[in-house]
Amino acid sequence: MSAASGAPLPRTQPLSWLQPALLWGSLLPFVWLVLRALTGELGANPIATALNQLGLLALIFLWACLACTPLKLLFGWNWPIRVRKTLGLLGFFTALTHFLFYLAVDQGFALGKVLTDVGKRPFIAVGFLALVLMVPLALTSTKKALQRLGFRTWKRLHRLIYVVAVLGFIHFLMRVKTHDGQPLVYGAVLGVLFAVRVGDFLRQRRKR
Amino acid sequence: MKPPLEEPKSSEVTPIELYFRRRELLRRAALFTATGAAWGGGLIALSSQGSADRPAQPAAAGPELVPSIRGRYAIDEALTSFQDITTYNNYYELGLAKTDPADYGHLIRPRPWTVRVEGELEKPTTLDLDTLMRWFPLEERIYRMRCVEAWSMVIPWLGFPLGELIKRLNPTSRAKFVELTTLLDPQQLPGQTSDLLPWPYVEALRIDEATHPLTFMALGLYGKRLLGQNGAPLRLVVPWKYGFKGAKSIVKLRFTSEQPQTTWNRVAPSEYGFYANVNPGVDHPRWSQAEERRIGELMRRPTLPFNGYAEQVAHLYAGMDLRVNY
Repeated sequence: MSAASGAPLPRTQPLSWLQPALLWGSLLPFVWLVLRALTGELGANPIATALNQLGLLALIFLWACLACTPLKLLFGWNWPIRVRKTLGLLGFFTALTHFLFYLAVDQGFALGKVLTDVGKRPFIAVGFLALVLMVPLALTSTKKALQRLGFRTWKRLHRLIYVVAVLGFIHFLMRVKTHDGQPLVYGAVLGVLFAVRVGDFLRQRRKR
Repeated sequence: MKPPLEEPKSSEVTPIELYFRRRELLRRAALFTATGAAWGGGLIALSSQGSADRPAQPAAAGPELVPSIRGRYAIDEALTSFQDITTYNNYYELGLAKTDPADYGHLIRPRPWTVRVEGELEKPTTLDLDTLMRWFPLEERIYRMRCVEAWSMVIPWLGFPLGELIKRLNPTSRAKFVELTTLLDPQQLPGQTSDLLPWPYVEALRIDEATHPLTFMALGLYGKRLLGQNGAPLRLVVPWKYGFKGAKSIVKLRFTSEQPQTTWNRVAPSEYGFYANVNPGVDHPRWSQAEERRIGELMRRPTLPFNGYAEQVAHLYAGMDLRVNY
Protein backbone atom coordinates (compact mmCIF):
# COMPACT_ATOMS: atom_id res chain seq x y z
CA MET A 1 0.00 0.00 0.00
CA SER A 2 2.90 2.33 0.58
CA ALA A 3 3.75 1.89 -3.06
CA ALA A 4 0.36 3.35 -3.97
CA SER A 5 0.88 6.39 -1.80
CA GLY A 6 4.16 7.15 -3.44
CA ALA A 7 5.82 8.21 -0.22
CA PRO A 8 7.15 5.44 2.03
CA LEU A 9 5.41 5.17 5.39
CA PRO A 10 7.44 5.80 8.50
CA ARG A 11 7.99 2.23 9.66
CA THR A 12 7.38 1.63 13.32
CA GLN A 13 9.12 -1.27 15.03
CA PRO A 14 7.57 -4.60 14.08
CA LEU A 15 5.73 -6.39 16.90
CA SER A 16 5.38 -3.14 18.81
CA TRP A 17 2.12 -4.51 20.23
CA LEU A 18 3.75 -7.59 21.74
CA GLN A 19 5.22 -6.22 24.93
CA PRO A 20 2.20 -4.12 25.98
CA ALA A 21 -0.03 -7.11 25.20
CA LEU A 22 2.00 -9.37 27.53
CA LEU A 23 2.09 -6.68 30.21
CA TRP A 24 -1.64 -5.99 30.16
CA GLY A 25 -2.50 -9.66 29.76
CA SER A 26 -0.39 -10.39 32.83
CA LEU A 27 -2.71 -8.22 34.89
CA LEU A 28 -5.66 -10.50 34.10
CA PRO A 29 -4.83 -13.23 36.65
CA PHE A 30 -4.54 -10.55 39.36
CA VAL A 31 -7.84 -8.96 38.41
CA TRP A 32 -9.44 -12.38 38.32
CA LEU A 33 -8.03 -13.30 41.76
CA VAL A 34 -9.32 -10.06 43.32
CA LEU A 35 -12.74 -10.50 41.71
CA ARG A 36 -13.08 -14.04 43.01
CA ALA A 37 -11.88 -13.01 46.46
CA LEU A 38 -14.52 -10.26 46.56
CA THR A 39 -17.29 -12.62 45.48
CA GLY A 40 -16.21 -15.29 47.97
CA GLU A 41 -15.28 -17.76 45.28
CA LEU A 42 -11.89 -18.81 46.60
CA GLY A 43 -13.30 -21.74 48.57
CA ALA A 44 -13.18 -22.61 52.25
CA ASN A 45 -9.58 -21.50 52.78
CA PRO A 46 -9.32 -18.39 50.58
CA ILE A 47 -6.02 -17.19 52.07
CA ALA A 48 -4.23 -20.44 51.24
CA THR A 49 -5.77 -20.47 47.76
CA ALA A 50 -4.70 -16.89 46.97
CA LEU A 51 -1.22 -17.44 48.41
CA ASN A 52 -0.71 -20.60 46.35
CA GLN A 53 -1.93 -18.99 43.15
CA LEU A 54 0.33 -15.95 43.56
CA GLY A 55 3.31 -18.22 44.17
CA LEU A 56 2.54 -20.38 41.17
CA LEU A 57 2.05 -17.30 39.00
CA ALA A 58 5.49 -15.97 40.00
CA LEU A 59 6.98 -19.32 39.03
CA ILE A 60 5.20 -19.24 35.65
CA PHE A 61 6.59 -15.76 34.88
CA LEU A 62 10.09 -16.90 35.79
CA TRP A 63 9.81 -20.01 33.65
CA ALA A 64 8.51 -17.91 30.75
CA CYS A 65 11.46 -15.53 31.22
CA LEU A 66 13.88 -18.44 31.18
CA ALA A 67 12.24 -19.82 28.03
CA CYS A 68 13.19 -16.73 25.98
CA THR A 69 16.81 -17.61 25.26
CA PRO A 70 16.07 -21.29 24.44
CA LEU A 71 13.34 -20.15 22.01
CA LYS A 72 15.85 -17.94 20.25
CA LEU A 73 18.46 -20.69 20.21
CA LEU A 74 16.07 -23.32 18.88
CA PHE A 75 14.04 -21.31 16.38
CA GLY A 76 16.14 -18.23 15.73
CA TRP A 77 13.34 -15.93 16.90
CA ASN A 78 14.34 -12.53 18.20
CA TRP A 79 11.05 -11.46 19.71
CA PRO A 80 11.42 -13.53 22.91
CA ILE A 81 14.54 -11.56 23.82
CA ARG A 82 12.56 -8.33 23.58
CA VAL A 83 10.02 -9.45 26.19
CA ARG A 84 12.51 -11.22 28.46
CA LYS A 85 13.05 -8.25 30.76
CA THR A 86 9.30 -7.64 31.12
CA LEU A 87 8.75 -11.30 32.05
CA GLY A 88 11.58 -11.22 34.57
CA LEU A 89 10.23 -8.10 36.23
CA LEU A 90 6.73 -9.57 36.29
CA GLY A 91 8.20 -12.61 38.02
CA PHE A 92 9.92 -10.42 40.59
CA PHE A 93 6.89 -8.28 41.38
CA THR A 94 4.60 -11.30 41.59
CA ALA A 95 7.02 -13.06 43.96
CA LEU A 96 7.14 -9.87 46.02
CA THR A 97 3.33 -9.74 46.13
CA HIS A 98 3.28 -13.42 47.13
CA PHE A 99 5.70 -12.69 50.00
CA LEU A 100 3.87 -9.54 51.16
CA PHE A 101 0.59 -11.43 51.10
CA TYR A 102 2.14 -14.13 53.28
CA LEU A 103 3.54 -11.46 55.63
CA ALA A 104 0.45 -9.26 55.86
CA VAL A 105 -2.56 -11.52 55.40
CA ASP A 106 -1.36 -15.03 56.25
CA GLN A 107 0.76 -14.05 59.26
CA GLY A 108 -0.79 -10.67 60.15
CA PHE A 109 2.56 -8.82 60.24
CA ALA A 110 3.69 -10.85 63.27
CA LEU A 111 7.39 -10.55 62.43
CA GLY A 112 8.54 -12.63 65.39
CA LYS A 113 6.27 -15.45 64.27
CA VAL A 114 7.46 -15.11 60.70
CA LEU A 115 11.06 -15.49 61.82
CA THR A 116 10.35 -18.66 63.81
CA ASP A 117 8.30 -19.87 60.87
CA VAL A 118 11.27 -19.40 58.57
CA GLY A 119 13.42 -21.40 61.00
CA LYS A 120 10.86 -24.20 61.25
CA ARG A 121 9.80 -24.30 57.66
CA PRO A 122 12.96 -24.40 55.54
CA PHE A 123 10.90 -24.07 52.39
CA ILE A 124 9.98 -20.54 53.44
CA ALA A 125 13.66 -19.68 53.88
CA VAL A 126 14.36 -21.10 50.42
CA GLY A 127 11.59 -19.03 48.87
CA PHE A 128 12.71 -15.92 50.70
CA LEU A 129 16.28 -16.38 49.50
CA ALA A 130 15.01 -16.65 45.92
CA LEU A 131 13.15 -13.36 46.35
CA VAL A 132 16.18 -11.60 47.87
CA LEU A 133 18.41 -12.78 45.01
CA MET A 134 15.98 -11.27 42.52
CA VAL A 135 16.33 -7.79 44.03
CA PRO A 136 19.74 -6.96 42.47
CA LEU A 137 18.46 -8.29 39.14
CA ALA A 138 15.38 -6.06 39.24
CA LEU A 139 17.49 -3.06 40.27
CA THR A 140 19.92 -3.55 37.37
CA SER A 141 17.25 -4.23 34.78
CA THR A 142 17.52 -0.75 33.21
CA LYS A 143 19.62 0.18 30.20
CA LYS A 144 21.51 2.64 32.35
CA ALA A 145 22.52 -0.05 34.81
CA LEU A 146 23.65 -2.24 31.93
CA GLN A 147 25.88 0.54 30.62
CA ARG A 148 27.25 1.33 34.07
CA LEU A 149 28.12 -2.29 34.84
CA GLY A 150 29.39 -3.18 31.42
CA PHE A 151 27.86 -6.06 29.51
CA ARG A 152 30.17 -8.78 30.87
CA THR A 153 29.57 -7.96 34.53
CA TRP A 154 25.86 -7.43 33.94
CA LYS A 155 25.54 -10.78 32.23
CA ARG A 156 27.46 -12.55 34.95
CA LEU A 157 25.25 -10.95 37.61
CA HIS A 158 22.07 -11.90 35.81
CA ARG A 159 23.06 -15.55 35.71
CA LEU A 160 21.73 -15.45 39.28
CA ILE A 161 18.33 -16.06 37.70
CA TYR A 162 19.30 -19.73 37.30
CA VAL A 163 19.87 -20.00 41.05
CA VAL A 164 16.58 -18.18 41.68
CA ALA A 165 14.70 -20.63 39.46
CA VAL A 166 16.19 -23.67 41.17
CA LEU A 167 15.38 -22.21 44.61
CA GLY A 168 11.86 -21.39 43.44
CA PHE A 169 11.41 -24.94 42.25
CA ILE A 170 12.68 -26.39 45.56
CA HIS A 171 10.34 -24.02 47.42
CA PHE A 172 7.43 -25.37 45.34
CA LEU A 173 8.50 -29.00 45.72
CA MET A 174 8.89 -28.79 49.50
CA ARG A 175 5.51 -27.23 50.02
CA VAL A 176 3.39 -30.14 48.85
CA LYS A 177 2.41 -32.97 51.19
CA THR A 178 3.18 -35.64 48.67
CA HIS A 179 4.78 -35.59 45.28
CA ASP A 180 1.91 -35.13 42.93
CA GLY A 181 2.68 -34.51 39.29
CA GLN A 182 2.50 -30.71 39.22
CA PRO A 183 5.88 -29.72 40.73
CA LEU A 184 7.54 -32.48 38.74
CA VAL A 185 6.16 -31.04 35.50
CA TYR A 186 7.66 -27.64 36.40
CA GLY A 187 10.94 -29.36 37.24
CA ALA A 188 10.95 -31.16 33.91
CA VAL A 189 10.28 -27.94 31.97
CA LEU A 190 13.07 -26.18 33.84
CA GLY A 191 15.35 -29.11 33.07
CA VAL A 192 14.60 -28.82 29.35
CA LEU A 193 15.23 -25.06 29.40
CA PHE A 194 18.58 -25.61 31.10
CA ALA A 195 19.46 -28.46 28.75
CA VAL A 196 19.00 -26.24 25.69
CA ARG A 197 21.39 -23.70 27.19
CA VAL A 198 23.97 -26.32 28.11
CA GLY A 199 23.72 -27.84 24.63
CA ASP A 200 24.33 -24.45 23.06
CA PHE A 201 27.25 -23.75 25.40
CA LEU A 202 28.92 -27.04 24.47
CA ARG A 203 28.40 -26.39 20.76
CA GLN A 204 29.94 -22.92 21.05
CA ARG A 205 32.96 -24.35 22.83
CA ARG A 206 33.53 -26.99 20.22
CA LYS A 207 33.43 -24.33 17.51
CA ARG A 208 36.22 -22.40 19.18
CA MET B 1 -31.80 20.71 -9.17
CA LYS B 2 -29.12 19.40 -6.87
CA PRO B 3 -26.66 21.82 -5.39
CA PRO B 4 -23.16 21.16 -6.65
CA LEU B 5 -21.15 18.90 -4.40
CA GLU B 6 -18.83 20.91 -2.30
CA GLU B 7 -15.34 19.61 -1.97
CA PRO B 8 -14.34 19.19 1.74
CA LYS B 9 -11.77 21.59 3.03
CA SER B 10 -8.27 20.28 2.66
CA SER B 11 -7.79 20.48 6.44
CA GLU B 12 -10.54 17.89 6.88
CA VAL B 13 -8.98 15.38 4.57
CA THR B 14 -7.29 12.50 6.36
CA PRO B 15 -3.59 12.76 5.68
CA ILE B 16 -2.52 10.00 3.36
CA GLU B 17 0.00 8.52 5.82
CA LEU B 18 -2.67 8.17 8.45
CA TYR B 19 -5.19 6.83 5.95
CA PHE B 20 -2.88 3.99 5.05
CA ARG B 21 -1.78 3.45 8.64
CA ARG B 22 -5.38 3.11 9.79
CA ARG B 23 -5.48 -0.51 8.73
CA GLU B 24 -2.12 -1.07 10.29
CA LEU B 25 -3.34 0.44 13.57
CA LEU B 26 -6.44 -1.72 13.54
CA ARG B 27 -4.37 -4.78 12.83
CA ARG B 28 -2.07 -3.99 15.72
CA ALA B 29 -4.96 -3.32 18.08
CA ALA B 30 -6.41 -6.71 17.18
CA LEU B 31 -3.06 -8.45 17.69
CA PHE B 32 -2.59 -6.65 20.99
CA THR B 33 -6.01 -7.68 22.25
CA ALA B 34 -5.78 -11.27 21.06
CA THR B 35 -2.27 -11.81 22.41
CA GLY B 36 -3.06 -10.14 25.74
CA ALA B 37 -6.24 -12.16 26.20
CA ALA B 38 -4.60 -15.45 25.24
CA TRP B 39 -1.60 -14.80 27.48
CA GLY B 40 -3.78 -13.68 30.41
CA GLY B 41 -6.14 -16.62 29.96
CA GLY B 42 -3.25 -19.04 29.83
CA LEU B 43 -1.81 -17.56 33.02
CA ILE B 44 -5.16 -17.91 34.78
CA ALA B 45 -5.49 -21.54 33.69
CA LEU B 46 -1.94 -22.47 34.69
CA SER B 47 -1.84 -20.63 38.00
CA SER B 48 -5.12 -22.10 39.22
CA GLN B 49 -4.05 -25.67 38.50
CA GLY B 50 -3.94 -27.86 41.55
CA SER B 51 -5.55 -25.42 43.93
CA ALA B 52 -9.20 -24.91 44.67
CA ASP B 53 -9.70 -22.82 41.57
CA ARG B 54 -13.44 -22.69 41.94
CA PRO B 55 -15.76 -23.49 44.78
CA ALA B 56 -17.20 -26.95 44.55
CA GLN B 57 -20.94 -26.96 44.08
CA PRO B 58 -22.83 -26.69 47.34
CA ALA B 59 -23.25 -30.28 48.40
CA ALA B 60 -26.67 -31.82 48.06
CA ALA B 61 -27.26 -33.10 51.56
CA GLY B 62 -27.64 -36.84 52.09
CA PRO B 63 -30.67 -38.50 53.67
CA GLU B 64 -31.59 -37.40 57.19
CA LEU B 65 -30.23 -39.09 60.29
CA VAL B 66 -31.80 -38.37 63.67
CA PRO B 67 -29.60 -38.84 66.74
CA SER B 68 -31.12 -40.21 69.93
CA ILE B 69 -28.23 -38.99 72.08
CA ARG B 70 -26.80 -35.51 71.88
CA GLY B 71 -24.98 -32.98 74.03
CA ARG B 72 -22.66 -35.46 75.81
CA TYR B 73 -19.70 -34.27 73.79
CA ALA B 74 -20.06 -30.68 72.76
CA ILE B 75 -17.66 -27.78 72.71
CA ASP B 76 -18.33 -24.09 73.04
CA GLU B 77 -16.94 -23.18 69.62
CA ALA B 78 -18.70 -22.13 66.45
CA LEU B 79 -19.48 -24.99 64.04
CA THR B 80 -17.81 -24.94 60.64
CA SER B 81 -20.43 -24.54 57.92
CA PHE B 82 -21.85 -27.59 56.13
CA GLN B 83 -20.69 -26.03 52.86
CA ASP B 84 -17.06 -25.81 54.04
CA ILE B 85 -17.05 -29.28 55.63
CA THR B 86 -18.32 -30.82 52.40
CA THR B 87 -16.20 -28.87 49.88
CA TYR B 88 -12.76 -28.62 51.50
CA ASN B 89 -11.48 -32.16 51.94
CA ASN B 90 -8.41 -34.33 51.74
CA TYR B 91 -9.44 -37.66 50.26
CA TYR B 92 -6.70 -38.49 47.76
CA GLU B 93 -8.67 -41.45 46.39
CA LEU B 94 -11.01 -38.79 44.99
CA GLY B 95 -8.36 -36.33 43.79
CA LEU B 96 -5.62 -34.05 45.13
CA ALA B 97 -7.27 -30.63 45.03
CA LYS B 98 -9.31 -29.72 48.09
CA THR B 99 -12.45 -29.45 45.97
CA ASP B 100 -11.93 -32.72 44.07
CA PRO B 101 -13.58 -34.97 46.68
CA ALA B 102 -16.74 -32.85 46.51
CA ASP B 103 -16.75 -33.20 42.73
CA TYR B 104 -16.24 -36.98 42.72
CA GLY B 105 -17.75 -38.04 46.06
CA HIS B 106 -20.93 -39.18 44.32
CA LEU B 107 -18.98 -42.07 42.76
CA ILE B 108 -18.98 -43.90 46.09
CA ARG B 109 -21.96 -46.24 46.41
CA PRO B 110 -22.76 -46.29 50.14
CA ARG B 111 -25.30 -49.14 49.95
CA PRO B 112 -25.11 -52.09 50.12
CA TRP B 113 -22.01 -51.90 52.34
CA THR B 114 -20.36 -54.52 54.50
CA VAL B 115 -17.46 -54.44 56.90
CA ARG B 116 -15.22 -57.49 57.18
CA VAL B 117 -13.91 -58.16 60.70
CA GLU B 118 -10.92 -60.49 61.09
CA GLY B 119 -7.71 -61.15 62.99
CA GLU B 120 -7.46 -61.74 66.70
CA LEU B 121 -11.10 -62.31 67.59
CA GLU B 122 -13.25 -65.31 68.41
CA LYS B 123 -15.27 -65.36 65.22
CA PRO B 124 -14.26 -63.52 62.04
CA THR B 125 -17.40 -62.09 60.52
CA THR B 126 -18.88 -59.77 57.92
CA LEU B 127 -21.20 -57.06 59.18
CA ASP B 128 -23.82 -55.31 57.14
CA LEU B 129 -23.88 -51.56 57.64
CA ASP B 130 -27.61 -51.61 58.43
CA THR B 131 -26.98 -54.21 61.13
CA LEU B 132 -24.34 -51.95 62.62
CA MET B 133 -26.79 -49.05 62.62
CA ARG B 134 -29.37 -51.16 64.44
CA TRP B 135 -26.88 -52.26 67.10
CA PHE B 136 -26.05 -48.82 68.43
CA PRO B 137 -28.09 -45.74 69.30
CA LEU B 138 -27.13 -42.85 67.04
CA GLU B 139 -25.22 -40.13 68.85
CA GLU B 140 -24.23 -36.60 67.89
CA ARG B 141 -20.77 -35.42 68.93
CA ILE B 142 -19.24 -32.04 68.23
CA TYR B 143 -15.49 -32.46 67.80
CA ARG B 144 -12.60 -30.32 66.72
CA MET B 145 -10.89 -31.69 63.59
CA ARG B 146 -7.24 -30.71 63.18
CA CYS B 147 -5.59 -31.52 59.86
CA VAL B 148 -1.84 -32.18 59.82
CA GLU B 149 -1.69 -29.34 57.24
CA ALA B 150 -2.45 -26.83 60.04
CA TRP B 151 -6.09 -26.07 59.34
CA SER B 152 -9.03 -27.09 61.49
CA MET B 153 -12.81 -27.34 61.65
CA VAL B 154 -15.53 -28.01 64.21
CA ILE B 155 -17.82 -30.80 63.02
CA PRO B 156 -21.06 -32.20 64.43
CA TRP B 157 -20.61 -35.91 63.72
CA LEU B 158 -23.26 -38.63 64.00
CA GLY B 159 -22.33 -42.18 64.84
CA PHE B 160 -21.35 -44.53 67.63
CA PRO B 161 -18.22 -45.17 69.77
CA LEU B 162 -15.78 -47.64 68.23
CA GLY B 163 -15.29 -49.08 71.73
CA GLU B 164 -18.93 -50.28 71.82
CA LEU B 165 -18.42 -52.16 68.56
CA ILE B 166 -15.15 -53.70 69.75
CA LYS B 167 -16.88 -54.90 72.94
CA ARG B 168 -19.44 -56.73 70.81
CA LEU B 169 -16.82 -58.27 68.55
CA ASN B 170 -14.99 -60.02 71.40
CA PRO B 171 -11.35 -59.67 70.38
CA THR B 172 -8.93 -62.11 72.03
CA SER B 173 -6.34 -61.02 74.59
CA ARG B 174 -3.76 -61.08 71.80
CA ALA B 175 -5.48 -58.14 70.10
CA LYS B 176 -3.21 -55.18 70.80
CA PHE B 177 -4.05 -53.06 67.76
CA VAL B 178 -6.99 -52.41 65.44
CA GLU B 179 -6.34 -51.84 61.76
CA LEU B 180 -8.94 -50.05 59.61
CA THR B 181 -8.91 -50.32 55.82
CA THR B 182 -10.54 -48.12 53.21
CA LEU B 183 -12.44 -49.51 50.23
CA LEU B 184 -10.26 -50.59 47.30
CA ASP B 185 -12.20 -49.97 44.09
CA PRO B 186 -10.83 -47.64 41.40
CA GLN B 187 -14.33 -47.30 39.93
CA GLN B 188 -15.65 -45.71 43.08
CA LEU B 189 -12.32 -44.19 44.10
CA PRO B 190 -10.68 -43.19 40.79
CA GLY B 191 -7.57 -41.78 42.52
CA GLN B 192 -6.58 -45.38 43.18
CA THR B 193 -5.55 -45.72 39.54
CA SER B 194 -2.49 -43.58 40.34
CA ASP B 195 0.34 -44.90 42.49
CA LEU B 196 0.44 -41.78 44.65
CA LEU B 197 0.02 -43.86 47.80
CA PRO B 198 0.00 -47.63 48.24
CA TRP B 199 -3.71 -48.48 48.12
CA PRO B 200 -5.85 -49.28 49.94
CA TYR B 201 -5.43 -46.66 52.63
CA VAL B 202 -4.76 -48.26 56.01
CA GLU B 203 -4.88 -46.69 59.45
CA ALA B 204 -4.57 -48.25 62.90
CA LEU B 205 -4.91 -47.53 66.59
CA ARG B 206 -3.59 -49.14 69.72
CA ILE B 207 -6.41 -51.10 71.33
CA ASP B 208 -6.63 -48.72 74.32
CA GLU B 209 -6.92 -45.80 71.89
CA ALA B 210 -9.54 -47.61 69.85
CA THR B 211 -11.68 -48.37 72.91
CA HIS B 212 -11.32 -44.87 74.39
CA PRO B 213 -14.78 -43.34 74.73
CA LEU B 214 -13.83 -40.39 72.48
CA THR B 215 -12.98 -42.64 69.52
CA PHE B 216 -15.93 -42.56 67.19
CA MET B 217 -17.26 -44.26 64.09
CA ALA B 218 -19.12 -41.63 62.06
CA LEU B 219 -22.09 -42.37 59.80
CA GLY B 220 -23.15 -38.79 59.26
CA LEU B 221 -22.69 -35.12 60.04
CA TYR B 222 -24.99 -32.14 60.46
CA GLY B 223 -27.99 -34.47 60.76
CA LYS B 224 -27.34 -36.10 57.35
CA ARG B 225 -25.71 -39.29 56.18
CA LEU B 226 -22.05 -38.89 55.24
CA LEU B 227 -21.32 -37.74 51.70
CA GLY B 228 -18.62 -39.47 49.68
CA GLN B 229 -16.12 -36.65 50.25
CA ASN B 230 -16.39 -37.10 54.03
CA GLY B 231 -15.84 -40.85 53.89
CA ALA B 232 -19.28 -42.35 53.27
CA PRO B 233 -20.75 -44.46 54.57
CA LEU B 234 -18.55 -45.20 57.60
CA ARG B 235 -15.39 -43.52 58.83
CA LEU B 236 -13.16 -43.24 61.87
CA VAL B 237 -12.96 -40.02 63.92
CA VAL B 238 -10.21 -39.66 66.53
CA PRO B 239 -10.49 -36.06 67.68
CA TRP B 240 -7.12 -35.81 69.47
CA LYS B 241 -5.18 -37.04 66.44
CA TYR B 242 -4.41 -35.42 63.09
CA GLY B 243 -7.17 -35.87 60.55
CA PHE B 244 -5.33 -38.42 58.40
CA LYS B 245 -5.77 -41.01 61.18
CA GLY B 246 -9.50 -40.98 60.42
CA ALA B 247 -9.74 -43.69 57.76
CA LYS B 248 -12.67 -43.15 55.40
CA SER B 249 -15.12 -45.50 53.66
CA ILE B 250 -14.07 -48.39 55.89
CA VAL B 251 -14.54 -51.97 54.65
CA LYS B 252 -12.33 -53.91 57.04
CA LEU B 253 -11.39 -54.08 60.71
CA ARG B 254 -8.51 -56.34 61.73
CA PHE B 255 -7.32 -57.03 65.25
CA THR B 256 -3.58 -57.65 65.41
CA SER B 257 -0.95 -58.43 68.00
CA GLU B 258 1.73 -56.44 66.14
CA GLN B 259 1.60 -52.75 65.26
CA PRO B 260 0.17 -52.55 61.72
CA GLN B 261 1.85 -50.58 58.94
CA THR B 262 -0.18 -47.45 58.29
CA THR B 263 -0.23 -45.68 54.94
CA TRP B 264 1.30 -42.25 55.61
CA ASN B 265 3.73 -43.67 58.13
CA ARG B 266 4.93 -46.11 55.49
CA VAL B 267 5.31 -43.45 52.81
CA ALA B 268 7.00 -40.76 54.92
CA PRO B 269 7.90 -42.08 58.38
CA SER B 270 9.86 -38.97 59.34
CA GLU B 271 6.83 -36.76 58.66
CA TYR B 272 3.87 -38.85 59.78
CA GLY B 273 4.15 -40.93 62.91
CA PHE B 274 2.01 -43.90 63.92
CA TYR B 275 0.51 -41.95 66.83
CA ALA B 276 -0.03 -38.61 65.06
CA ASN B 277 -1.39 -37.00 68.20
CA VAL B 278 -2.09 -33.30 67.73
CA ASN B 279 0.92 -31.66 69.38
CA PRO B 280 1.81 -27.97 69.05
CA GLY B 281 5.23 -28.76 70.54
CA VAL B 282 6.31 -31.19 67.83
CA ASP B 283 6.54 -29.66 64.39
CA HIS B 284 6.12 -31.33 61.08
CA PRO B 285 9.61 -31.36 59.49
CA ARG B 286 8.42 -28.85 56.92
CA TRP B 287 6.07 -26.63 58.90
CA SER B 288 5.11 -25.53 62.38
CA GLN B 289 2.23 -27.22 64.22
CA ALA B 290 2.04 -24.48 66.87
CA GLU B 291 -0.89 -22.76 65.17
CA GLU B 292 -3.75 -23.56 62.87
CA ARG B 293 -6.21 -21.74 60.66
CA ARG B 294 -9.77 -22.52 61.65
CA ILE B 295 -11.69 -22.65 58.39
CA GLY B 296 -13.91 -19.56 58.23
CA GLU B 297 -11.62 -17.48 60.45
CA LEU B 298 -9.04 -14.98 59.23
CA MET B 299 -6.34 -15.14 61.87
CA ARG B 300 -4.52 -18.26 62.96
CA ARG B 301 -5.24 -19.63 66.42
CA PRO B 302 -2.94 -21.57 68.75
CA THR B 303 -3.13 -25.36 68.47
CA LEU B 304 -3.99 -27.13 71.72
CA PRO B 305 -2.14 -30.21 73.02
CA PHE B 306 -4.11 -33.31 71.99
CA ASN B 307 -6.36 -30.87 70.10
CA GLY B 308 -7.91 -29.76 73.39
CA TYR B 309 -8.64 -33.30 74.63
CA ALA B 310 -5.53 -33.65 76.83
CA GLU B 311 -7.58 -34.09 80.00
CA GLN B 312 -9.30 -37.16 78.57
CA VAL B 313 -6.44 -38.82 76.69
CA ALA B 314 -3.02 -37.63 77.93
CA HIS B 315 -2.83 -40.56 80.38
CA LEU B 316 -2.78 -43.01 77.46
CA TYR B 317 0.73 -41.80 76.68
CA ALA B 318 2.12 -41.47 80.21
CA GLY B 319 5.83 -42.18 80.27
CA MET B 320 6.15 -42.00 76.48
CA ASP B 321 8.44 -39.48 74.80
CA LEU B 322 6.05 -37.76 72.43
CA ARG B 323 8.96 -36.23 70.48
CA VAL B 324 9.98 -39.75 69.50
CA ASN B 325 6.48 -41.23 69.29
CA TYR B 326 4.99 -38.42 67.20
